[in-house]
Amino acid sequence: MSTLEIRRLRAAVGDKEILKGIDLTVSSGEVHAVMGPNGAGKSTLSGVVMGKPGYTVLEGTVTLDGVDVLAMAAWERAVAGLHLVMQYPTEVPGVMLDDVLTEALASRGRPTDDLDAILRAEAERIGFDERFLHRPLNVDLSGGEKKRNETLQLAVLAPKIAILDELDSGLDIDALRDCARRVEAMSNESAAGHEPLGVLAITHYNRLLHELKPDRVHILAQGRIVTSGGPELAAQLETDGYAAFAGVEPEAESSSALDDLFSF
Amino acid sequence: MRLAAVERFAAAPLPTPSEEIWRYSRIDRLDLDAFAPAACVTEIDAPREAASLIVDTEPELFADETPDVFAELNRAFMSPVVIRVPAGKIVADPIVVTHHIAGDGVAVFPRLVIDAGADSEVTVVERFVAGDGADDDRALVVPVLQVHAAQAARVKYLAINEVGINTWQIGNQQAVGERDSSTLLATVTLGGDYVRARTEARLSGKGGSTKQVALYFAGGTQMHDFRTIQDHDAPNTSSDLLFKGAVQDHAASVYTGLIRIRKHANGTTAFQTNRNLTLSEGAWAESVPNLDIETNDVKCSHASTVGPIDEEQRFYLESRGVRPEVAERLVVLGFFEEVISQLPAGSIADDLRVRVSNKLDLGSAASRQAVPA
Repeated sequence: MSTLEIRRLRAAVGDKEILKGIDLTVSSGEVHAVMGPNGAGKSTLSGVVMGKPGYTVLEGTVTLDGVDVLAMAAWERAVAGLHLVMQYPTEVPGVMLDDVLTEALASRGRPTDDLDAILRAEAERIGFDERFLHRPLNVDLSGGEKKRNETLQLAVLAPKIAILDELDSGLDIDALRDCARRVEAMSNESAAGHEPLGVLAITHYNRLLHELKPDRVHILAQGRIVTSGGPELAAQLETDGYAAFAGVEPEAESSSALDDLFSF
Repeated sequence: MRLAAVERFAAAPLPTPSEEIWRYSRIDRLDLDAFAPAACVTEIDAPREAASLIVDTEPELFADETPDVFAELNRAFMSPVVIRVPAGKIVADPIVVTHHIAGDGVAVFPRLVIDAGADSEVTVVERFVAGDGADDDRALVVPVLQVHAAQAARVKYLAINEVGINTWQIGNQQAVGERDSSTLLATVTLGGDYVRARTEARLSGKGGSTKQVALYFAGGTQMHDFRTIQDHDAPNTSSDLLFKGAVQDHAASVYTGLIRIRKHANGTTAFQTNRNLTLSEGAWAESVPNLDIETNDVKCSHASTVGPIDEEQRFYLESRGVRPEVAERLVVLGFFEEVISQLPAGSIADDLRVRVSNKLDLGSAASRQAVPA
């Protein structure tokens, strides 16, 4: 049983405070959805927890099974059992997916002999074309292929806790279903000596949650969790919109146009 | 007579960095008095079918101009190798010419001529390496390459520079491609103290094409210096150029490239890309593209970048649990892969990846030591 604990987390980009005190606890086998409008701080939350450069932590703690995550470099957080599925997976020219996973497993002291077979099996399961396995990471892949690729890496690396940053942006309905189902399965099963996956799914829209069943739903607005509840909260949000929740005002952010483009 | 030649050599008027084509170079540090001309020690490894193509003859000069004093010196002191491929002959395996550079104060002048007859095909690899135990020798290498691709000939050439760390190399490559010919001029530079290559591809016949690619990686206090010319001297010709370099420690690199499209070269396409990675704070790279276009009916572009490793790429790999030094190695090798995949003689690719990787490790070890505890 593993637990990611985020306590009173405040973080800034430059001089601007984005996260204004976040408390969240995610344990093995649980699916937590963090939903919020554009500009609420969703991507900042995933970036700060994973150690992406460009953020300053002002206050608070993040621990994985009691160990201070914020003191670790990004790669150490991954080895410790955190994983980030990115909203816009980076294209890395000339660097092959299988080479990266070989190195990623080596850092964890895990065997790589059977990687090829595991990759093929996962690729088939997630509907990811096998010919992409020895191709440069994300280069020339469609939005849906990139998210299948992200989900495949998640399955192969088998972390304790996964943060999904807008898994549902930029992909078609079939890819969304395949990716969400794979994550849902990982959160339910204890595969090959691993605990079931704990999931922190950050999303703007409800559609991801039709396949990936959340145990808890949290609404993030203006850097704070304003409401938490069961799955019914997502349904209520769908009917009433973010504006119905206290303290939520629509914010115009420069990224919103792009988000909307990928969402419909 | 030998003495006269040495005097003539030492008296040659050297250019200065005030001339545009030598700007940023280290030419003002060269003292020809410190060197004496010698014969070059060269080994040729040719497939059996190609043995008869290496001819013992005075090389013909395909490019009548000598672009600089070093090409002139080469003409005066050359150690020539001439490869003449008859019309229609296809040589499947590469011919490998290796120059072993050794001796303090030795200046050598290798000249390689590739004369490819109509509709022939040949691949030549020219290696410049330090002789046994000569890694630290202060030698001077002044090579000239001349390629002549007759109608519809296909020539692939690769120069690999791994000379010793104190050796200087100042070279000229000149290729002329006739109608419907295709020529690849590839260069890999890892060695030397100061290594400069002026590489010129001229298309003299309709429908001809050239590609120039290079991989260079300088560390320590090395400097790699490239001047490229894509010269379109006939209609419907195409040229492509991709030079990718990296500098680490206190190393430097220079790229200046010219696309020249003459008045009658309508229907031409020309592309030029130079990308540079600066891997250390103290390393420096310069990139200067130039265009000289005398006709409107052309498709032409150039791109040039200098900068550190992309932070997003590095973070992406690290977020998978890849160690930072491994992530950097993967990104740098990935950066070079675009060039490596286009090199002729594919069997050298794995070896090259290892050499680049080893050099990265040396650089990061040096920078770790430089950080005060």
